[in-house]
Amino acid sequence: MRSCSVSPSWAVRLGVRSLSTTTQLQAQVQTKSKKTLARPGVKNIVLVEGVRTPFLLSGTTYADLMPHDLARAALQGLLHKTGIPKDAVDYIIYGTVIQEVKTSNVAREAALGAGFSDKIPAHTVTMACISSNQAMTSGKGEKSLLQDVVYPFFKSVGLIAAGQCDAVVAGGVEFMSDVPIRHSRKMRKTMLSLNRAKTLGQRLSLIGSIRLAHLSPELPAVAEFSTAETMGHSADRLAAAFGVSRVEQDEFALRSHTLAKKAQDNGLLQDVISFKVPNRDIVSKDNGIRPSSMEQMAKLKPAFIKPHGTVTAANSSFLTDGASAVLIMSEEKALAMGYKPKAYLRDFVYVSQDPKDQLLLGPTYGTPKVLERAGLSMSDIDVFEFHEAFAGQIMANLKAMDSDWFAADVGTPPMEKFNLWGGSLSLGHPFGATGCRLVTTVAHRLQKEGGQYGLVAACAAGGQGHAMVIEAYPQ
Amino acid sequence: KMAGVRALGVLSRLTARRYALFTEDDIENSVFAWSRTHVNYEVKGDVAVVRINDPSSKVNTLSVQMQKEMAEVMNEVWANNAVQRADINMIQACNSAEEVTKLSQEGQKMFELIEKSPKPIVAAINGSCLGGGLEFAIACQYRVATKSKKTVLGTPEVMLGLLPGAGGTQRLPKMVGLPNAFDMMLTGRNIRADKAKKMGLVHQLVDPLGPGLKSPEERTIDYLEEVAIECARGIVNKKIPLRKEKGTMQKIQDYIMSFGFVRNQIYKTVHGKVMKQSKGLYPAPLKIIECVKTGVEQGPVAGYLAESQNFGQLARTSESAALIGLYHGQVACKKNRFGAPEREVKSLAILGAGLMGAGIAQVTVDKGVHTILKDTTEAGLARGEQQVYKGLNDKTKKKNITSFQRDSILSNLTGQLDYSGFEKADMVIEAVFEDINIKHAVVKEVEAMVPPHCIFASNTSALPIKDIAAASKRPDKVIGMHYFSPVDKMQLLEIITTDKTSKDTTASAVAVGLKQGKVIIVVGDGPGFYTTRCLAPMLAEAVRVLQEGVDPKKLDGLTTSFGFPVGAATLADEVGIDVAAHVAEDLGKAFGSRFGGGNVEVLKTMVDLGFKGRKSGKGCYVYQPGLKVREVNPEIGDILEKYRLTPNPAVSSDSDVQYRLVSRFVNEAVLCLQEGILNSPLEGDIGAVFGLGFPPCLGGPFRFVDSFGADKLVEKMRTYEAIYGNQFTPCQLLLDHAKDSSKKFHK
Repeated sequence: MRSCSVSPSWAVRLGVRSLSTTTQLQAQVQTKSKKTLARPGVKNIVLVEGVRTPFLLSGTTYADLMPHDLARAALQGLLHKTGIPKDAVDYIIYGTVIQEVKTSNVAREAALGAGFSDKIPAHTVTMACISSNQAMTSGKGEKSLLQDVVYPFFKSVGLIAAGQCDAVVAGGVEFMSDVPIRHSRKMRKTMLSLNRAKTLGQRLSLIGSIRLAHLSPELPAVAEFSTAETMGHSADRLAAAFGVSRVEQDEFALRSHTLAKKAQDNGLLQDVISFKVPNRDIVSKDNGIRPSSMEQMAKLKPAFIKPHGTVTAANSSFLTDGASAVLIMSEEKALAMGYKPKAYLRDFVYVSQDPKDQLLLGPTYGTPKVLERAGLSMSDIDVFEFHEAFAGQIMANLKAMDSDWFAADVGTPPMEKFNLWGGSLSLGHPFGATGCRLVTTVAHRLQKEGGQYGLVAACAAGGQGHAMVIEAYPQ
Repeated sequence: KMAGVRALGVLSRLTARRYALFTEDDIENSVFAWSRTHVNYEVKGDVAVVRINDPSSKVNTLSVQMQKEMAEVMNEVWANNAVQRADINMIQACNSAEEVTKLSQEGQKMFELIEKSPKPIVAAINGSCLGGGLEFAIACQYRVATKSKKTVLGTPEVMLGLLPGAGGTQRLPKMVGLPNAFDMMLTGRNIRADKAKKMGLVHQLVDPLGPGLKSPEERTIDYLEEVAIECARGIVNKKIPLRKEKGTMQKIQDYIMSFGFVRNQIYKTVHGKVMKQSKGLYPAPLKIIECVKTGVEQGPVAGYLAESQNFGQLARTSESAALIGLYHGQVACKKNRFGAPEREVKSLAILGAGLMGAGIAQVTVDKGVHTILKDTTEAGLARGEQQVYKGLNDKTKKKNITSFQRDSILSNLTGQLDYSGFEKADMVIEAVFEDINIKHAVVKEVEAMVPPHCIFASNTSALPIKDIAAASKRPDKVIGMHYFSPVDKMQLLEIITTDKTSKDTTASAVAVGLKQGKVIIVVGDGPGFYTTRCLAPMLAEAVRVLQEGVDPKKLDGLTTSFGFPVGAATLADEVGIDVAAHVAEDLGKAFGSRFGGGNVEVLKTMVDLGFKGRKSGKGCYVYQPGLKVREVNPEIGDILEKYRLTPNPAVSSDSDVQYRLVSRFVNEAVLCLQEGILNSPLEGDIGAVFGLGFPPCLGGPFRFVDSFGADKLVEKMRTYEAIYGNQFTPCQLLLDHAKDSSKKFHK
């Protein structure tokens, strides 16, 4: 967490360290119309570049890869785009939710594979409380049930702010085309005992103890561990709690797909890199963007709460394969290396609440908190990028921010500034990779639309959420 | 450490909280609502919404007022004649079976109108839908219920000695099939919403909502209403079929049920089970079977007639009066008549992780109270913590709670061997060995550690609290909390106050007990308090009966056929022969020859030989793990032979043996009231039934005296007194009642 006010010792240390550079840079920034969020004694942290592989429906072109392959592709894309020397990075952090057991530290495997120096430490994060009981398909092509956004670069920001690093690569990867399916606990126990069995007789008796029940595999749980409720079910209840109708949800989903299509066609999604998939073609576009019609969407049956539920496959985000990567630096380092930063990464917060009834309300709690911390109001924000887990979840959050019951009193983001290039519903949502996509998109939109402040907000499994304020870098 | 008996199940209220919806095609689209206090009616588009909610009560009782308004509303919606229905208080107000029969018939008529309504009626259920409420709901064409823990459906009438008298016995079998219908009506158990859906009792479930535009409760009810309105429209538009396509299994079952001999076999089996369990002492279950049978075999006209007539008859039975009395008593004993305590107990420490200590922890941790479980040995502590874990894990297995809830509940429990954390304890309950010296040591140790406001409660079953308090520096904070084993199953908590116990201490102990879900009686201090004191003479008599050559199995048979859920010999084993011996000796010293009868040496010899009851594997019976059938312990034959008494044939008939046992129990209970140990006959009845398993069909010792006749009881006791002496001398209060037949314990 970046918090000088909280940690006085930091403030002193950083204050001394940045006296010569930061003050000078601030003068430059203050020529803008709105005030800047730069603070004396606080190091400016910038987003230099952000890329991602195309996000694909799981089970399509990426189907035969492994997670680190995707992460590698994103890292190589970043290297290529920035031209940064392979040893100029101090640290690499990746986020992932469903871990491939063979590459549990996927950050390290991907970094080595991408050709980064083996002297760069790398670690993998998953948001606290998010264990392996995560999103899964029921195997019949149903929609994703749990959505998670892991923000590895928060950690990166922390590393830079603390003065430990000057250049960090952060990213995220999720690969839903393959997930760890385990033997049953009984079978695993028998197999492990078999390892320890000394005589043939012992082995035979162990093998003989195997029954049909041992053979049924254990699929990753579909439900939230603490509440045994699937995320889609919770989203449906949340939508009902806020009186979000089916039509409202379908309209929002349609909007997301329509805007994404437009952004794709107009070449606005500059963060997408081309990726030659081994044994397959070059992939250069997201393949989940499918604007439909309200009539078509209305035909779908509810996916979770039957028969009267409102969350359907069409108004939920889908299971996605994809990876993202960003290069984050201290401003002086970026300038020293001759980069033109895209944006300042400013205040951010984590929030968490009741995982049962408020599972997906992270943005509602995070937004006012981060705005207050940054000293901004809703009207100061020019660009909003919210993670769209479910259309119902977004609509519920918008209504919650507007309701007396939550007494947030911050108002709602205006739709003309909201997720204008599509969102997780249409672009796809590889759990670990979405966070970087949101931040990069805000930076690109600020550049394109000429705004000064952007806001990212997202919900995550476990009833958690986060929000971040991003400031445009003077052009 | 008292009786391991389970008395009555939950006596639930006849309640209903739900909304009925009527489609009304001919009403304009304007919303017009007029307010009555209980029943309200509003038109939403083409659907009329009737809301039933009793403002004066947490649950809707089908009161006269509610029925009146309901009837008015029905008239307005239907432009048709509707009638009133019955609630328990109304039934009690009736003087003859005919009157009650008429009430039942009116209820039947009203629900028949609902069932045959040309406008489909959807019942939306949130909260308890029991008794009359359920009968109303099943008369509707469609049922939607919230999938909340609070939503339960059931027909608890049998627990009140009644039957579902407004068409329940006729509609339920058609709806859920014979076996399920019998199960529901004969056990009276509550059925959770998800189970009800599986059984076909409700058509659709609605998930409870969290906070949103309104509070969770309000929004959930609105949501339920929205879904129910959609259902009503769906039915009218034929989008929702009322007749569900039957599955193959259902078809097979229906086919099998179409054979008369199969149905007869079911009636026979169910009848047999009921007879075995109730010993024929409860008329209601038998009448329920009769009504169902009549309806299925002879058609609805005969069925409905049988239902209303049997309902009328049952309402006049003493069994029903006894059970309804217990129900009211139970409700009364779930209130804190000492007011709110000055401070809430947020941290509770329990000394001794034995069966009782861990049991108390078990019922406390899940109420959000931080619980310290302290023992002196690691082995003892481990056993106790395992007991708490197992209790919660069993709930997880039954899907009452999730594994996550189990873990988070367990986080409230701290197991330890030292007194750390006691400085924050608001209450300490000791469940250490029953020895006054150990208790004194514990009082002193605890008082050195705890804050001044901390209450010291003793879970003793016989030691007078004032003796324990003698070692205390603050006797106003000392109180007795007598739990019954197994703590998580037995509903009763007997709280014992001394002259010095402050009112706030009592209020706090009652508040804790209520939080633990207990039915509470508050009694005065004295040897054996109330429950142990009543049980001791009966057990002494039981020993004498054994000495007179009655086999333990026969003794058990005599007691259970009188209505006790557990036979006297089994009860002694459950309580523990050592405990029984201990109590018999202690109380014998305190009360003298009145507590004599059987020779205490019999029990002592058994203890010496290691026959301590169930816990040691041998007592009156031999207990083998995994074996349900248990044999009489052959080795006690020699002991009984040694102490053999010659029975007097004049007072040794089966019936005499029964009355010898019961009259001593009852006389001691009445004496407790006379001496002021008991606050009221009502608490006496509740204590005896819920703590000791006194026959629920008799309603407790005091109601038994009222219904049996004090004079008749005294007469019997005089006969026994002539042979056995002062153990059967009736107490003064009982004599007063015998002399004046207008004197009753229960008005």
